[in-house]
Amino acid sequence: MNFLNITSARKAYRTPEGGFIHALDDVSLNVRNNEFLTLLGPSGCGKTTLLKCIAGFEDIDSGNISLEDQSLKGVPAHRRPFNTVFQNYALFPHLNISDNVGYGLDVARVPKKERADRVEEAMELVGLKGFGKREPNQLSGGQQQRVALARSLVLKPRVLLLDEPLSALDRKMRENMQIELKNLQNSVGITFVFVTHDQEEALAMSDRIAVVANGKVQQLATPTEIYDEPANAFVANFVGTSNIFTGKVVEQNGKNLKIETANERQVLATSDHFNLGDQVQVILRPEHMKLSPDGNEISECCIEGTVEASIFVGSEMHLHVNVGKGRTAIVHHRHNRGDEGERIEVGTDVKLYYSPNAAHLIELVED
Amino acid sequence: MSSADTILKRKRRTLVLLLAPFSIMLSVFFLIPLGIMMVYSFLEPGLYGGVEWNWYPYNYGRIIGWPLNDFEEFEPIYLKIFLNSLQIALMTVICTFLLSYPAAFWVSRMKGAKKNFALFLITLPFFANLLVRIYAWLLLLRPTGFFNTVLQSAGLIMEPLDLLFNNFAVIIGMVYILTPFMFLPIYANVEKLDYSLVRASQDLGANPLQTFRRVILPLTAPGILGGSIIVFIPALGNFIVPSFLGGSKVQMTGNLIERSFLQSRDWPFGAALALLIMASVVILVVIQLNRQAKAEARGVS
Repeated sequence: MNFLNITSARKAYRTPEGGFIHALDDVSLNVRNNEFLTLLGPSGCGKTTLLKCIAGFEDIDSGNISLEDQSLKGVPAHRRPFNTVFQNYALFPHLNISDNVGYGLDVARVPKKERADRVEEAMELVGLKGFGKREPNQLSGGQQQRVALARSLVLKPRVLLLDEPLSALDRKMRENMQIELKNLQNSVGITFVFVTHDQEEALAMSDRIAVVANGKVQQLATPTEIYDEPANAFVANFVGTSNIFTGKVVEQNGKNLKIETANERQVLATSDHFNLGDQVQVILRPEHMKLSPDGNEISECCIEGTVEASIFVGSEMHLHVNVGKGRTAIVHHRHNRGDEGERIEVGTDVKLYYSPNAAHLIELVED
Repeated sequence: MSSADTILKRKRRTLVLLLAPFSIMLSVFFLIPLGIMMVYSFLEPGLYGGVEWNWYPYNYGRIIGWPLNDFEEFEPIYLKIFLNSLQIALMTVICTFLLSYPAAFWVSRMKGAKKNFALFLITLPFFANLLVRIYAWLLLLRPTGFFNTVLQSAGLIMEPLDLLFNNFAVIIGMVYILTPFMFLPIYANVEKLDYSLVRASQDLGANPLQTFRRVILPLTAPGILGGSIIVFIPALGNFIVPSFLGGSKVQMTGNLIERSFLQSRDWPFGAALALLIMASVVILVVIQLNRQAKAEARGVS
């Protein structure tokens, strides 16, 4: 049985100019029970629209959303067994914390004793025991966030929808909340559908990530698959940094391929899916390229170039290397303490070594 | 003296200077006359107008029922008029609220130029003279007026309805004049209502009625209370509307005050009436301010 299933969902908005924006363009997605699924994409990609359609705040134009094979068509938001944690928390300013948390129980007319117990339990779960009598505006952003979580979790929803809940927090707080949210999801055993535009957040927390762009799901996979085997150039660029070279397979020796790139360099790669003469894109992550061979790389497996810029970011040195015909490759060079002496100057000619296994090949699509 | 003290002193002097014009105006034209009225309301009315400087609490006595037995009698008509005024003012508050509340939501959801135009329309009646506007209602409501003519020619009624010179006519006039005063505070409140709270309420399982009762109503209550007071006060003391649309049949305390001062020349009695109205209004405002202070402590304004 499917858990939360979205099939061929479409949703278009009319723009003031009279055109249409396809916020959801044939989206199909199967959310598994008890998983932490993240909808990741740039702003305006349709991820929040999808969340609103699941919550029932908006209707899809066509397609279907179902929970355990029961269609949710026509079911209003207040009858769906889903709860949402909003981006701005949306705590009721006229109610104190325990009344905020108990709101859903009050409208459901849960008996007093049970209400009190469940509110207490939820507040403890998010670490806000004893805050019940305070007002929302007396709490910090992180604490308000927890209240919003408790308010939703107290109702034991089938799915918890989170709309960029951490974006308003500062960096340190955000990292703490990431860990806490993930632990919370494990302990309560509720399916989380989490919306974010922050790829690090998505990679850190999710069981699976759906990368969304232009109203379409670009790739649905585990964080490691998304990072190591991006389905297309968009995913490769949006999740992490990628060096993408367009080229043609000019030599094939079993799995070992040689690709002649448009900037007149040769790249080695291994792949089962491509043959001699195929047009491909080669994706090389900046951290997989090194300035000197360390044994795994074979000596011919290198790209020559000239350093155009070097940026020190603390743990690494980011080098922008001109690899011919104006193409720039980005290399993350590990920084060790006391490396100052071997700082790489702009204008230095370098060789970038990589392992053929690190190069990921995708089909070249004309767009 | 430290420089911080000097700065503080200079700041205080600026503040005093800035507040002076308003304070002077308020005391000369409001507080002093109010004091005079208070004093007069406890003085004996002179036979030919003016006052005798004798302690005389019976101006209030005549109204609330403890008269000077041998001279003035307690006349329940004053209390009746006062209660009728209260009733008309309350009805006015309720009617302007019922008109303004949905309209405020409607206008707040409009966009740009359309919204500004709607707000302009609401303040448009202020551009015409008050008397002209009330007189227009006289023409509309009278037996040979617009409504009766239309209803009669449509065959819905045989004889003209009594639309004029009753509470109904007075309330219509009041509502017509005072609706903008109810609308604007409610609108200001509704405008900044955070719709994500409405969504949150739905999301937590509240049906539309529950959402209205538990979220929208409490969050717009300050605007409703503010508007109610701004409408209630002028409605309670109004004498122009009842004298036009109420004729001799509907008397409000405002008419009574006007008559005491201008026709009977019984200033102490008029002053007593005016202060009683003021007292009832002050009680209401104090209640409102209390509630607002509590709401503000919670971060709702």
